[in-house]
Amino acid sequence: MIEIEDVKKSFGDLNVLKGMSLTVPKGQATGIVGPNGAGKTTLIKTILGLVKSDSGLIKVNGEPLDNDGRYRKDIGYMPQVARYPENMKVYELFEFIKGLRDQEPVYEQELIDQFTLRPELEKSLRNLSGGNRQKVGATLAMMFNPDLLFFDEPTAGLDPRSSHKFKKRVEMEKENRKTVIITSHIMSELEQLVDHVVFILDGRIRYYGSMENLLQESNETRLEAAIASMMDDDPQEVAA
Amino acid sequence: MSLLMHIIKNEWKSLLRGKWVIGYGLIFLILTDTLLRFGGGGAETLLSLSNVMLLFVPLVGMIYGILYIYQSREFVELLLTQPINRRVLYWGLFLGISTPLMAAFIVGSMLPLGWHGILMIDGMASAMVLGLGGVLTLIFAALGFVFGLMFYEDKIKGFGFTIVVWLFLAILYDGLVLMLVFLFGNYPLENFVIAVSMLNPIDLARIMVMLEFDVSALMGYTGAVFNRFFGTTLGITTASVMLLVWLAVPTWIGLNVFRKKDF
Repeated sequence: MIEIEDVKKSFGDLNVLKGMSLTVPKGQATGIVGPNGAGKTTLIKTILGLVKSDSGLIKVNGEPLDNDGRYRKDIGYMPQVARYPENMKVYELFEFIKGLRDQEPVYEQELIDQFTLRPELEKSLRNLSGGNRQKVGATLAMMFNPDLLFFDEPTAGLDPRSSHKFKKRVEMEKENRKTVIITSHIMSELEQLVDHVVFILDGRIRYYGSMENLLQESNETRLEAAIASMMDDDPQEVAA
Repeated sequence: MSLLMHIIKNEWKSLLRGKWVIGYGLIFLILTDTLLRFGGGGAETLLSLSNVMLLFVPLVGMIYGILYIYQSREFVELLLTQPINRRVLYWGLFLGISTPLMAAFIVGSMLPLGWHGILMIDGMASAMVLGLGGVLTLIFAALGFVFGLMFYEDKIKGFGFTIVVWLFLAILYDGLVLMLVFLFGNYPLENFVIAVSMLNPIDLARIMVMLEFDVSALMGYTGAVFNRFFGTTLGITTASVMLLVWLAVPTWIGLNVFRKKDF
């Protein structure tokens, strides 16, 4: 469960988050959408502690964020761009992260097989294709069986087969009552994976609710059309 | 503590596999050996070695530190999303990359000094040159970290700044001091010169080498004043303490920038 209260963040003169409040209950799969530069990644990074908010309060599973980052034991994060030390081998990376988290992996072998990473384990990360690196990132995010999963543009570099497997895996995590948060520009993917949508525009949350409601309210059948019409309706966007 | 060692060990492994650090050590090994074969006695060799060391160790340390920050951006960001404290991560990364570089210099230079017997004859002087090289490596790797974190988004600026700082501290500094002294020769400047030489770690290291070898002709202006003001023993002690301050300040600044930074 994630609670965000009036979180603000600016970088210099640029107000990226202009007071966001949001509660994501446990077990909900939520998609974060919005145009480029709306603040999606900044919002996720703030929850993860990569970015420090200027004001406001964030709680993860009831605990406010602390400097020790212990709350991150419950979080798995798959970044948008996965780059690792070049001469490290895949299995060494897994070992390193295991030691860092001081947790025993639950799904390590299962995920390695699912994403067909076994032939890659002995390879240096430098020699891995972009897609395989994404799969390594997905494995790292899910192998400790955390309660909260963050995926930032997860399928952008994956081939159709891996993308399909990834989605299957996320569906399974949902069935296990995991809180899943996904940012994506691929609306069809979000339709498949999430049941709630947060629409961010210009540092503010413009819509937060279930996908069904959104489609009903906007009289559209597809998420893409609904989001597009919301962007069109926005007076600020027109002024800009 | 074990977490810190876990991060340090990982950096060590990764650096050793990169072979870059081994090459760096080999350069000093070949250099020292060549100097000893062709350069005559032990003290002269140590002086030549320390001249090379004073010039290149800061440059390599700083470039290395900043390069690490730029190259490992995504990886560091991934590590920051793990349940660890930023303070531990900073020390792990800093010690993990700076100590092998330090070891490469020390071991690379020490081996030829050992097999040519200089370590036995000029033990103190050898230890000082090697130790100073080690401390300078740490200081400048820390500065590299600081610049990398400060110019996180702008690599060109970061590298440019690094080169300018190196040029200033390693090459221009003593000349500038001399020029000031020349311009204001009618005023008592000793205290000023002492203060100014404290502000440059490379100068401090050079002064210590010169005091140890007692070669006032090579001391440069700041060294000569330093020697007259403090004498050899007190001079070396003061300079050592100042070098430790120089080590503490950039690492502390780096830590604080790292802890507060938005990645």
